[in-house]
Amino acid sequence: MLRLEQRPQPSGLMLYTTPIMAVLATMIVGGVLFIAMGINPFKAIYLLFIDPFVDPYNLSQLFVKASPLILIAMGLSIGFRAGVWNIGAEGQFIMGAIAGGAVGLALWDVEGWWLLPLMTLAAALGGALWAMIPAVLKIRFNANEILVSLMLVYVAENFIAAMAQGPLRDPNGFGRPVSKNLERHDPTSLPDVFPALGIDAGGLMMLILLALAFFLLQKHALGFQIKLTGESPRAARFAGVRPGVIVAVCLGISGAAAGMAGLFELTGAAGTLSADFGLGYGFTAIIVAFLGRLTPVGILLAGVVLAGTYIGGENAQFVLKLPAAAVTVFQGMMLFFLLGFEILINYRVKRLRRAA
Amino acid sequence: MDFSSLSPVAMIVLLVGAATPILLAAIGELVVEKAGVLNLGVEGMMIIGAVCGFIVAVNTDSPMLGLLGAMVGGAVVSMLFAVLTQYLLSNQVATGLALTLFGLGIAALMGSSYNGIRPPRMVRLDVEGLSDLPVVGKLFFSHDPVIYLSLVLVFAVWYFLNRTRAGLVLRASGENHDAAHALGYNVQLIRFGAIMFGGACAGLGGAYVSLVRVPQWTEGMTAGVGWIALAIVVFAAWKPWRVVLGAYMFGGITILQLSLQALGISISGAYLSMTPYIVTIVVLVIMSADRKKASLNAPACLGTSFHASH
Repeated sequence: MLRLEQRPQPSGLMLYTTPIMAVLATMIVGGVLFIAMGINPFKAIYLLFIDPFVDPYNLSQLFVKASPLILIAMGLSIGFRAGVWNIGAEGQFIMGAIAGGAVGLALWDVEGWWLLPLMTLAAALGGALWAMIPAVLKIRFNANEILVSLMLVYVAENFIAAMAQGPLRDPNGFGRPVSKNLERHDPTSLPDVFPALGIDAGGLMMLILLALAFFLLQKHALGFQIKLTGESPRAARFAGVRPGVIVAVCLGISGAAAGMAGLFELTGAAGTLSADFGLGYGFTAIIVAFLGRLTPVGILLAGVVLAGTYIGGENAQFVLKLPAAAVTVFQGMMLFFLLGFEILINYRVKRLRRAA
Repeated sequence: MDFSSLSPVAMIVLLVGAATPILLAAIGELVVEKAGVLNLGVEGMMIIGAVCGFIVAVNTDSPMLGLLGAMVGGAVVSMLFAVLTQYLLSNQVATGLALTLFGLGIAALMGSSYNGIRPPRMVRLDVEGLSDLPVVGKLFFSHDPVIYLSLVLVFAVWYFLNRTRAGLVLRASGENHDAAHALGYNVQLIRFGAIMFGGACAGLGGAYVSLVRVPQWTEGMTAGVGWIALAIVVFAAWKPWRVVLGAYMFGGITILQLSLQALGISISGAYLSMTPYIVTIVVLVIMSADRKKASLNAPACLGTSFHASH
């Protein structure tokens, strides 16, 4: 008989090895899935997990995909630490892109170094304000932030469709519901910083913000209050932490981060605002946050791994005719394995000797 | 503008159709939550049900077998959640989200070769004489069997929870799992069963979307209905009959906004499509505002893991 026995202390070793175990288990079970689909498993796993980090062209795309994931996940992880479940990052991502993009479109004929920073600011505000809706409803009316933030994703998706059909549509676009291309317009195109890895100005900003998040969580009193609220809400209240402030701060930070990620996606990769602007980064970022153990360094690594699966998945679509959805399955599977293995942090498996 | 096309009887018939997937998923989730488990994977289980039901119905040419397949599909995928949360004690919020993400992916994978196919038609109740009655016939005697089944299911859940011993035990594990355990009940097994029931209901609701309401398979076709079902459970204050009220109200809003879109009203369709989601938020706010009442209604152990230490 096997049984679970609580460890006296959480295992530090397991805390860091379980994400690696989850990735390995995903490869193994995914390999079986590929065999079932009649696809060479070794080729597929090489394409999904190794090729993105070896091939020079793939490397140049790595942070194009990883930066938005990491930026969003970084914001979400701060909330998850406090037990504030912002599930609506996808909506905040879209609203940030609309807010920042609208500024760029309004100042189309203007040039200046300050234009992109202004758009970034607008995007951060747009995302943060969108996230303030669940925050305020949670603080004032006790409404569940999970459901409210998620409902707002669907509202945002319809809103961007309305914007792309209406006010933000390209007047010279032959009536197509798409905005002007901000990426192919010099003043609003994100400059490259380190093209070999796909790091543009947005990627640089992501790295700076990640460092700030690290500082916030490790060294700042607010970071301590956030962690305390998550681990023991009662203790936090006795320590004078106001739960409402934590809710607002967490949702505000994650909304602003997602909003900025939306703008960087718009001005660095997608170019145009349209009904299918959202790519699900807001949801994949949840996996990134958990896989990275809600720590800044972990999220950086996890973001790179998941970005790899996106890039590898696209290549596998060409080479192996792998359906696009297979990547989503892999990402979901990874989170399942991670959550399953997590028990090894607080419990150990013990062989039970039957007493004679 | 011509409002004459909005016949009240026809609207109510449509409303019931729009409400039924929400109703089915919500009544299942209600049982799950009454057992003390918060499964945020409803959307994922619904889409799995939608695709399983569609595949089975197309291949067997029987919508009824399709519904059965959907229930099995939903229940099987919910077991992933059950094993993780009940035996591996994972965080229910995170696991539920994982179930939704995984479900959306796997459903898209399974359904990729079924795009654009029409499923076999679901029969409608047709009682000689009754179904032809003006108004009453249309309102009560002309629906498909799933609609009647969903209402029977609500009654059965109400009866089970409030009038049977097993229902009392299930509620006990939701209100105080330690006490239920001390009385000798297997909390994990009870919760496992409740989760599978919720999965089967969500799967059935999903199949209703792909086989009756649309009827077609497209990726992500449940479009947040699973999340609305979660909100309906809160709206209903965990009472089965109020789930019916909530679901039908949402069906009404959906149909109203669709009819307004069809009328070509001067508001962009995208704005009208937002309304069900906005109304969900408003309803959540109203129901949660009274903190005392809200916490009285919710099962006390909702969302907490149980591990018997001895």
